[in-house]
Order: sequence, then structure tokens, then C-alpha cells
Amino acid sequence: MTQANGKKVEQISEVTVMFAGDSGDGMQLTGTQFSDTTAIVGNDLSTLPDYPAEIRAPAGTLYGVSGFQLHFSSKDVHTPGDSPDVLVAMNPAALKVNLKNLKPSAVIIVNSDAFDPKNLKTARYESNPLEDDTLTGHKVFQVPITSLTSNALKDTNLSTKEVQRSKNFFALGLMYWLFNRPLEPTLKWIESKFSKTPQFIDANTKALKSGYYFGEQTELFTTRYTVEPAELPKGIYRNVSGNEAIALGFVAASELCGLPLFLGSYPITPASEILHFLSGYKNFGVKTFQAEDEIAGIASAVGASFGGSLAITTTSGPGMALKTEAMGLAVMTELPLVIINIQRGGPSTGLPTKTEQADLFQAIFGRNGEAPIPVLAASTPSDCFYMSIEAAKIALKYMTPVILLSDGYIANGSEPWRVPRVSELPTFKKEFFTDAETFQPYMRDENLSRPWAVPGTPGLEHRIGGLEKAHITGNVSYDPDNHDFMVRMRANKVKKIQQDLPNLEIDGDKEGELLVLGWGGTFGAITEAVDLARNNGLNVSQAHLKYLNPLPQNTEQVLRGFKKILIPELNLGQLARVLRGEFLIDFESFTKIKGLPFKSSEVYNKISELLGGSNGK
Amino acid sequence: MANNENIEIKKLTAKDFATDQDVRWCPGCGDYSILAQVQRSFPDIGVPKEKITWISGIGCSSRFPYYMNTYGMHGIHGRAAAIATGLKIARPDLSVWVATGDGDMLSIGGNHFIHTCRKNVDLKILLFNNRIYGLTKGQYSPTSEKGKVTKSTPYGSVDYPFNPVTLALGAEATFVARTIDREPKHMQEMIKRAAEHKGTAFIEIFQNCNIFNDGAFSLLTEKDTKEDHLLYLEHGKPMVFGKEKNKGIKIEGFTPIIIDLNDGEHTVDDVIVHDEFDHSAARTFMLAHLSDNPEMPTPIGIFRQILKPTYNEGIDEQIKRITEKKGKGDLEKVLFSGNTWEVN
Ligand code: SF4
Repeated sequence: MTQANGKKVEQISEVTVMFAGDSGDGMQLTGTQFSDTTAIVGNDLSTLPDYPAEIRAPAGTLYGVSGFQLHFSSKDVHTPGDSPDVLVAMNPAALKVNLKNLKPSAVIIVNSDAFDPKNLKTARYESNPLEDDTLTGHKVFQVPITSLTSNALKDTNLSTKEVQRSKNFFALGLMYWLFNRPLEPTLKWIESKFSKTPQFIDANTKALKSGYYFGEQTELFTTRYTVEPAELPKGIYRNVSGNEAIALGFVAASELCGLPLFLGSYPITPASEILHFLSGYKNFGVKTFQAEDEIAGIASAVGASFGGSLAITTTSGPGMALKTEAMGLAVMTELPLVIINIQRGGPSTGLPTKTEQADLFQAIFGRNGEAPIPVLAASTPSDCFYMSIEAAKIALKYMTPVILLSDGYIANGSEPWRVPRVSELPTFKKEFFTDAETFQPYMRDENLSRPWAVPGTPGLEHRIGGLEKAHITGNVSYDPDNHDFMVRMRANKVKKIQQDLPNLEIDGDKEGELLVLGWGGTFGAITEAVDLARNNGLNVSQAHLKYLNPLPQNTEQVLRGFKKILIPELNLGQLARVLRGEFLIDFESFTKIKGLPFKSSEVYNKISELLGGSNGK
Repeated sequence: MANNENIEIKKLTAKDFATDQDVRWCPGCGDYSILAQVQRSFPDIGVPKEKITWISGIGCSSRFPYYMNTYGMHGIHGRAAAIATGLKIARPDLSVWVATGDGDMLSIGGNHFIHTCRKNVDLKILLFNNRIYGLTKGQYSPTSEKGKVTKSTPYGSVDYPFNPVTLALGAEATFVARTIDREPKHMQEMIKRAAEHKGTAFIEIFQNCNIFNDGAFSLLTEKDTKEDHLLYLEHGKPMVFGKEKNKGIKIEGFTPIIIDLNDGEHTVDDVIVHDEFDHSAARTFMLAHLSDNPEMPTPIGIFRQILKPTYNEGIDEQIKRITEKKGKGDLEKVLFSGNTWEVN
């Protein structure tokens, strides 16, 4: 198809775009705007922001590069894409950092103004990559974004520095033209965002439009692309990141169970956003406590739980380590509590802004004594919403702390989410115990759950604590037989949760040569890899664990149906070891621990290697 | 929660606050007196017992909740203030009390202590200060005097102790008091005053551990020495002490000195008058430091009581204000907020 102005329009089914620049260049905002507009156009998509640990690294440096990757398609999308087809590089460092990851013959749009000797030197380029053969094989478009933006804004009264801040909108406008996206959603956003500073509405609008018209008019670009809407289930959609979904999930859980929400938390990457979001929901009665440290974060939540709140605490690996003792207290006092761990690269401070799944052992086993805690793991950004509700439900029904695992990848990544109506969500109203006649602090119901009698209830005054409890009365007990009994009781209680868990579902044949079994945030990459394998004629089944402790009832049965089971994990094989210990089944453990998510091609290659090139039949 | 406001409450007695649990402190331990004084004063604080919650950490002192027939939680080492803070934020209707010791609150729990004071969380904190680790069998504590010989410091400790009162004042606690296990009436008064206070109320209680640190406070408790070493702080009264009530504290420049009221040169008019509500930190600190000077008497009583909004009130007021402004949260509206689009 050719347009009136002589430009070709090419229809493609999927694209991966990377926006990259200095951490001060506004790439996260540009990427988010592009994603929102792309979602509105009806594509399925998945995003991955990648930002440096430093807040404002020195300009132009390699370690100061901030990127936002976005994969959109007219088909189902499960990952932010293995390698970009299109790179927008705002400076030499952004080009250098991303170049090695690009697809062959990718489109590279560079801000050519930024390729001056100083920036080249800071990016450790010995010669200008735009002039030598560094970029051979790629389609390179040199656009003087800085000067074009200045030109477009020369009639405004803004300082040079302020004008420069608009250049990401120029780049965004150009990308909107290239991919045939409307400007309106971003124009609307600019208006509401800068409503208090009209000069910036004007500047950013001009920059955005200039970028768009530049694409239209310049002879540089001869082709533009369209990506048709994807076929998604009907409904109202929004983009949601994993952290936002967790915040919404607990606001919802609080409404569904009829208890006020309390969050005790200490800021930590990449979990702080949940604290930020929940602090904004004051009109839901949400109480957030930014504690003096991680321990106070969970300890305050234990206190709030004792008082009858739906209490949660949010953190990441190092914070989990600090919260360990208080988790044991919640186990012993049998109080409901949800501990949310947004996993990041470890050990110690590790890689704070990178993703990893290496806290599974810590979640299942990492406490002194026999201290069983149910462990759940969300698989995608929007799944974080539903798993938060699940975690709350289990905590309240079984009077137990619950650990919910997410990771940096799904926490920061986003995807379109078909928003549920409240009526589609489960209700699980929780009643406090009030009958003084029959009350015993450690009596149990049919689920082995103890009664929750909150302070303020006359006649039910009682004491709990971290010392071993006597069965029924809850008095302190050092009796050996009682201890043995109570340890087993707590273990059985957690085991009992199995009765409520959905079966582990198999996507594909129920028996066969190969099952790919994953857990947590690797769902997208595994799903894409399995899809690709099937398209290539391989017979492979997939299952994904969202409940790690206890495991779904049919887990062993599912596993026994396959000759080989591949477990890809972003750790050194923790799930594989857990399952081996549990079922004495052997697994093919496929591990990667680079602070990065799996590429679907990596998982695919492993699948085809295991099937020895045959189709597994 | 049940609304008890209109219900006539039968006056409770000390016995109503006792539990059926055997009290397991060593015979002769100062903790017994603290328990007795709390049980004796609680019928007067005007709070129904189901609305009272005791939170503790770990240590001899922290067994306290088991012996009080109220709600209670024996927590983990050092974290009582943090647990109590969460409870108070979640349940501002409760009267939340913390029982803790010098190791629990000033060593492992030091961070929670200063931040609780700073935030002015409405908690009542009773610090049982015996200047030793009891439950772990006799190591020196952060309030032990320098040179203390214990199992862990056979050649004497080389570090300097905290003065809990100056620490609490420095962390901006709004009610700071001190009392002694052997002063039952005084302790009861302090407890009742703390109960009335809105905000972080801190009481340091000198408590004798007769097993590992016997006599740590004997100068202040024994008949023949007590009066020359104890200074009772009473609001509006001059700071006079001594067997003959013949000594007073005078301030010269920034320095407190002891004057002899019978020397013909000084009269009681030279003695400073205690003002519990004094906002100026300088004078209160000066008072708090008296006990660090062996020449000076040790003050007991209320060092400071000031009023400012509490942390938990702040949270509640914000919730109220934002709810009035935005309207009560509507879950479905929030779920469907932001940039949404429809797929048909
Ligand atoms: S060890 Fe000391 S403080 Fe502990 S109970 Fe015995 S006497 Fe009291």
C-alpha cells in the first residue's frame, strides 16, 4: 500500500521497540506513553523498563543508560520481546549498550546531534559509529532530534534546558508516525499532567507534533508500519504493572473480606511502588506505615493483624532476610499476614534493579525451627492482582502468614489487563470470634485454623506470643509431647490448604515426551517458547506452578505423565530441588542467573535440544 | 467493635487484672512490685480491660503480658514498640502498653524506641531497667555502668551506658518519667499519669535483679542513703532533698549545683522550681543528666510532659480529610481508572 505522499505502508504482525537514552532523557515516560497508545489501538503488548540503579548517573555514560522495551503485536504477546526490531537511541551510550542485543537489520533511529566528540568519548567510542562500519547491516536513520526540537520550540519563552527536556516528545511523535498511532491519547495526557504549567503543555505538544510531521515530510523515511489490533477477549482494558496490580489486589481483598488494610513497609527496590500506590488509597481507609526499618515493617503488621486488620508487608530479598524472625512469630501466634517479596538479584544487596527468582528456598524454608508458610507466586503483571487476593484469602481462612512472590520483571513490566467487575471477584468475609463461653485461643476449626479474637472483645482477653503454645489453651508450654504435636499441627494446617488449591493445569497433551514446568514470572517466556516449538512441529506440554507451598494436589500425577520435565528458572535450580525432594522425580534444570528474564529463544533452544530435533512423538 | 460508652462499668479491682498463670520471676525480683503496682493502678485509669493490650519483647520483663488479664502479646526480641505501633495505628481505640527491659528496648530494640518517641505514637512504655541481662544469665547491658564485671566482661566493660531518660528526651518523647520498684505509691502515680497522657509515655523503672545485679539501686532504696540521693520531682515545687530537707538544686549559668539551705546564705527561693510542662529542652536535659553525676541526686518523677498531636491521630485525620475530599473509595471505580479502552 502506498500513501498519497508516496510513502509505503507495510503491515507487520509484531514489533519490539527499545527506547533508550540517558536516565534524564525521559525514556520511561516515552515508553509508557507509547505503550498506552499502543494498547488503545488494540494491540496486545508487554513492556520491560530497564533503568540503572543510580538515580541520575552522569550524562552520557554507559551505566547511566535507561531503556524501555515494548513488544506489541496483532497476536498474543507474552514477553517484552527477545531482541528489538527498532531502537531509538538518544545518545551514543544508548546505542552502544543496546546494539549487541538488536535483531539483524534492525531499524535504528539515533539523535545525531548527540554524537559529538564529548558524548562519543564518554560512551567509549573511539570513532563515530555513525561514520564507521559499526552499524553495517542495520537500517540507520540519523535524525538531529535536539536541533529539530529547538527549532520547533524557538517561539516559546523556555530556557535551552527546558526546551531540551521536550526532545523525548519529538522522538515519541516520530515513532507515532512510523507506527501509525494517534497523537490524541498523549496530547490528552500532556494537558492533564502539565495543567499547572501551561508553557509545558504548549512546548511538549509542539515537540510531539513536530516529531510526527517530521516523519511525514522527511525523505529519510520511505516506509511506515501498521500493526493490526489483536484479538483479545471482550471487555474494558487498562495497562497494569505487577506492582500496581498488587496494590489494587490488596485494596480489593480488603473490600472483599470486609477488613481494613494495613501495610507496614520500609522502602526497597523494586517493591517501594506498592507502598507508594497504597499510600494514595486513603479514602479506602488504607493505613500505610513507612516504618523505621524492615523489621518494624513486618512487626507493625503483626501488631495490626492482632488488632484485626488485613495486614501486609512488602519488601525484596534483603528485607525478607530481616523479616524472618517476625515471620516465625506470625507462624507461632497463627495470625493472618501477607508478606510480599518482589525478588531481585541477590545475594546481599546484589542487583537491586534486576530480576531473579532465587528467593524460593528462602520463602519455603528460610526460618528457624519448623515454620511452615504457604508460598504463592504470581506469573504475570496482571496475575499479581489475583494472586494478592488469593494470598489474603488463604491467610484469613487458615490464620497463617502467607508469602507472595513476585519479581522485578513482572513488578515493573506491564501488560493489558481486562479489568474484572467486582462481582467477578470472590468474597471471603471474615468473622472475628466473640463467644466468651467457648473461647480457647488455640482451639481449632475443621481447617485446623484457630479463632481470631481481637482486642476490644469483652471476655476474650488472652495472651499469645512466640513461646510454644499448649494445644487448645494457648498457654506457654514446654512439654515435649505438646511441642511435637504443635509442630505437626502447624505443618498439617499448611498442608491442608491444598484442599482449596486449583489443580495444576497442563497446556497440551497430558502425557508425553516433554513437559516444561515453570513458576512465577517466567510464564511469558516459557509460553512463547512452547508456542514456537509447537509451531515448529514439536510436541511439548506446559504447566506453571503458582502455588509452591503446598503444591496443588495433582502435581505428582502431572509430573509422572512425562518422560522428561524441563524446569527453566532464574536461579540455580531451586524448584527442581524442591520437587526432586518431594517426589523423587528427576528434572532437567535449565538455569540462568544474569539479572535478566529468559528470552523465549533460550527456552525454545533448550526444548528443541531435549527433543533431539525430533518432534517428540 | 462494641460501644462501651453508655455501659455502666463495674469498678474493677487489682485482682481482676491477675491471670491464672504462675508468675515465674525469681523470688525477690523487682518485677513483682511492678506487676503489683500496675494491677493496683489499672482500676483507676478508666479503661475497660478488654480495651487494654500489653505488648512485650524478650527478657525477664517481657513475661509481663502473661500475668495481666488483658489482651497481650509476648513478641520477639526488641520489637515490642514496632508491634505495638502497628496495633495502635490499626486500633486507635485501644490503650496499648509496652513492657520491656534495658536490653530489649535500648540494645536490640533501640531503633524502634527512638522512632516511636519521635513519631509520638500513643503508647505507654514501661522500661524495667535492672542494668543487666537477666534471662540470658548475667551479661552487662547498655545501661550497666562502665567497668561492670559480668560473665561477658570478666575484666570489666569498657563502654559507656545510656541514660534512658536523656535518650527518650533526645528522641522527643512527650512524656518522660522515672520511678523505682521500691517506691510503690510513686510508681502507681507515674502509671496513672502515663495512662492519661496522649502520645508516647515513657517510664524508666529502676528494678532490682537480685540474682545478677543485686543492689544496683541500693543508694536510692535503702533507708540510710535514700533521702540524700533521691530527688523527687514535683510540679510547681522547689527541688529540695536530703534527710533534713536541707539541700536544693540551684542553677548557675548552665550548671546545676547543690546548695545548703541552712548555710545562712541560701534560701529555698534560690532553688529551681520544677515545671513538668516546660518546653525548653535545656532545663529538662540538665535535670536528666543529674543522675550521671555521682555528686548529684537522682531525680524521679515526671521530667517532661508536653502535648502535641500523636502519630496515630495524624493518620486518622488524613484518612478523614482525604475521604471527605474524594468521597469514600469505590473499588470498581478504582479498578477501571486510568487509561482504559474497550475491546469489542
Ligand atoms: S533474673 Fe533478675 S530480672 Fe530476671 S526474674 Fe530473676 S531477679 Fe528478676
